Amino acid sequence: MNDEHEHHEHHEHHHGHDHAGHAHPPLQPDDVSPPGRYETMILAIRDLLLDKGIVSADQIRRGLENLDSWQPSRGAEIVARAWVDPAFKQKLLSDGNAAVAEFGIDMGTARLTVVENTEHVHNVIVCTLCSCYPRPVLGLPPDWYRSKNYRARVVREPRKVLSEFGTQVPDDVALRVHDSLADLRYLVLPRRPTGTEGWSETELAALVTRDCMVGVAHPHKPRAG
Amino acid sequence: MSAAFAPGDAVRVAAVNPPGHRRTPFYIRGKEGVIERLCGEFANPEELGYGFDGLPKKRLYRVRFRQKDVWPDYDGDPNDTVDVDIYEHWLSRSPKATSGTQR
Repeated sequence: MNDEHEHHEHHEHHHGHDHAGHAHPPLQPDDVSPPGRYETMILAIRDLLLDKGIVSADQIRRGLENLDSWQPSRGAEIVARAWVDPAFKQKLLSDGNAAVAEFGIDMGTARLTVVENTEHVHNVIVCTLCSCYPRPVLGLPPDWYRSKNYRARVVREPRKVLSEFGTQVPDDVALRVHDSLADLRYLVLPRRPTGTEGWSETELAALVTRDCMVGVAHPHKPRAG
Repeated sequence: MSAAFAPGDAVRVAAVNPPGHRRTPFYIRGKEGVIERLCGEFANPEELGYGFDGLPKKRLYRVRFRQKDVWPDYDGDPNDTVDVDIYEHWLSRSPKATSGTQR
């Protein structure tokens, strides 16, 4: 399905506007490489499920739509709530699944484990075996999270990796790497920036980025002006 | 059956290399850490991955390791740690532990 979609876009691009009179970036050749073994198997299984009437094309589309609706903004709302509501924060730390259920989020069979950054501890998440990631609260993982570079190095030299993200962790703060390998999914509860007293949950949530909740960045209050 | 380990117990990860897709990464095999918490019981993913039912369920722990114990040349803060999810069948009591529990 994706292939067809991309070809369609290229097609539009070839014929959709006049090339004369302005510079044009070089065209990327269409990717015509044959699908790999796993892609072929996935397509075959999809076709079998459709042919046997076990799922409909509309159900598959809805499923993809649902996956795409999982965005880091959901995690940001949860963090902002924890910053303003101590009871919710306690619940989030002790039973993540029950806490995020209040936001209508279903973690499925995974156990959401929230780790809190403090003045003494900074947490960062990785899955060295593959790319386990708290998808219902953060959406799909970024490419760097799945890269071998990040996975191999953040357990080995985490302070150097964080510095490459522009994030410094002071020497007297313990850096705690969490290797997510089994049935737990980790979310970092970052520290609330100073100077945000009295801010609304919505204002606070806007400060919380995906990278803050993986632990490779700190939330920052925007500079005045 | 009660859990074999409690938070604070010093444990060692088995230094074995069984075939198959195992959830205990190589870098932590043979290392010693401390039980941080008992996470509950889960169908064994090392069997689920091969079409078995993964039963009986296996107890899962979070084990905390000092980075300096994992990487001898680690040059960060001595308090830096790595927490790893490890199933009970990979763990044994640390031979260095003199009593039942120690930090």
